Amino acid sequence: MLLLAAVAVLSLVLGAKPLSLAEVWHGLTDPASPEYAVVHQGRLPRTLLGLAAGAALGVAGAAMQTLTRNPLADPGLLGINAGASAAVATATVLLGVADLDHQVWYALLGAAGVTVAVHTIAGGRQATPARLALAGAALNAALYSYVSALMLVDSTSLERMRFWTVGSLAGARTDTVPSLLPFVLAGLLIALLVTRPLAALALGDDSARALGARPGLVRGAVVVAVTLLCGAATAACGPIVFVGLLAPHLVRALTGPDPRRLLPWCAVFAPVLLLTADVAGRVLGRPGELQVGLVTAVLGGPLFLHLVRRGRVGRL
Amino acid sequence: MIVLRLPGGLSLRLRPRALVVGLAGTLLALVLAVLAVGAGDYPIAPADVLRVLAGGGSPADRFIVTELRLPRLVTALAVGAALGLAGAVFQSLTRNPLGSPDVLGVTSGAATGALVVVVAGGGSAALAGAAAGGGLATGLLLYALAGRHGVGGHRLVLVGIGVTAILTGVNGWLLTRAPLMDAARAALWITGSLDGRGWANAVPVLAALAVLLPAVLLARAPALRLLEMGDDSAAGLGVSVRRVRVAALGAAVLLVSVAAAAAGPVSFLALTAPHLARRLTRAPGPNLLPSAVVGAALLLAADQLAQHAIAGRQLPVGVVTGVLGGGYLAWLLAGERGGRR
Repeated sequence: MLLLAAVAVLSLVLGAKPLSLAEVWHGLTDPASPEYAVVHQGRLPRTLLGLAAGAALGVAGAAMQTLTRNPLADPGLLGINAGASAAVATATVLLGVADLDHQVWYALLGAAGVTVAVHTIAGGRQATPARLALAGAALNAALYSYVSALMLVDSTSLERMRFWTVGSLAGARTDTVPSLLPFVLAGLLIALLVTRPLAALALGDDSARALGARPGLVRGAVVVAVTLLCGAATAACGPIVFVGLLAPHLVRALTGPDPRRLLPWCAVFAPVLLLTADVAGRVLGRPGELQVGLVTAVLGGPLFLHLVRRGRVGRL
Repeated sequence: MIVLRLPGGLSLRLRPRALVVGLAGTLLALVLAVLAVGAGDYPIAPADVLRVLAGGGSPADRFIVTELRLPRLVTALAVGAALGLAGAVFQSLTRNPLGSPDVLGVTSGAATGALVVVVAGGGSAALAGAAAGGGLATGLLLYALAGRHGVGGHRLVLVGIGVTAILTGVNGWLLTRAPLMDAARAALWITGSLDGRGWANAVPVLAALAVLLPAVLLARAPALRLLEMGDDSAAGLGVSVRRVRVAALGAAVLLVSVAAAAAGPVSFLALTAPHLARRLTRAPGPNLLPSAVVGAALLLAADQLAQHAIAGRQLPVGVVTGVLGGGYLAWLLAGERGGRR
């Protein structure tokens, strides 16, 4: 929690024009101060978006990994972010939808479609981790090709899409988080409500049923939650890789695999990860910035590789 | 299964079904090739195509066939075969149907190499060289990080996914750094396209295939099959595990890199071709040759589709392979026996 607050403050303070803590405070509270515009138009929406998107991606990743008992499960790997991207890309390039309020719905549609498709393709109830991952890879490849094709339609689309597909918080405006928040909150709520039966489900469907959980209902709830979370996050930031995969693995080292502890801590820790990456991108890329999608990949990637090499990944 | 016993203690095992599939696939690829050469804005009858290939034909037909259409076609066949073969080796080595160069990051590495050249403003030759270099460097990295200590379980795939995710981030960032015109060129390249490919693109792939296909892969096929039973079993059966793995991995990475240098990272072919080949031959083991043949036929067919599917507009072939390959694998998995390995 403290860490989260510290990173959030850092995110407000650091940037192309570093502000002091006092200046940020004035900017937040005093409409007359010169920093008001910087803080209210730029830093604050961006920080809030980082918090929301980070929590969304982290919890979605943790829920998927627990549900599928698959260390590779990640909204990105199973194609859900790609589904949202493809839908948003279609809306942006072909239908000319430019505002986030509408894009969110397309993203949700895409995410929902892929979530259902990946589950069905992998064999429904009989889905094994390997089949799920394989189905996700298949959909990912198909959707990635589709988005590439859309980018090649004309140079205007390329110009718009190439920045979005990296994954960035820079597009955050004052109205971004409010239009996103209902979806993220609903998703988080559903995910946190099912953590207890989710823990039972980790023992296998039969044991879970014996413990009073309803596997079908839990699966459905997780799917809805993941769709809401990933769709909303992707619509606002583009497909950010690695946060959904990395955060649960790091948190699991502290909390153990119990979803009742894992999911809430992911909701706290994943935003720390995302905001740290965003701040690092702003500091390292000065006077411009590095997109947060690049930073999560470059900073998170080696850490993930290190975990894999030490054999810490895979114990669920 | 037929076992041929040759004099001198040598024996050769043949699977009739695999043979039939291999031959049928080759035949299909050749027929497709003849039809593909004939198709286009200036149609040429199959008989005339054969006449040109035999050394005859009218001068106009000769020019169109040998200078314009054949190079692209040969590039497609060679790249398809290289990717199919490499995919079969990767899937066999990782004992994982996901273990394709796309998932492991070799193709992303090739794309990174090419994008660096695009951002720095280099020419086509430098781009191809950098693509091959990027793929090879990624292969080395994978081996250093995971391959040395065994590739069983999820290990190599996990490392590969990590590397892919890093490189995808870097690639996206590189794409935003390039000026818009160069970015358009780069976006086309990283999709994978056979547009305007000439003999200069085809020859390196053909050379790599000519050297690697017989020398390393066919000689290693029995060892690869034993390796699929697990490192310990293979070692117990007399396989020098590390040597086979290094040789096979190196050859596969080389093939992918050269193929990517010629046509860009054509997505998904290396994942799909071995699956399809295995389903067709129903044979255990890596199915190296059938995979290569299926890969060649697939890429050729996909390229024809890319050229002629939408009238007056050419799609990059990578879009077609990605969409069709993804759809195919989805269908495969949805079916009863798919995905098991």
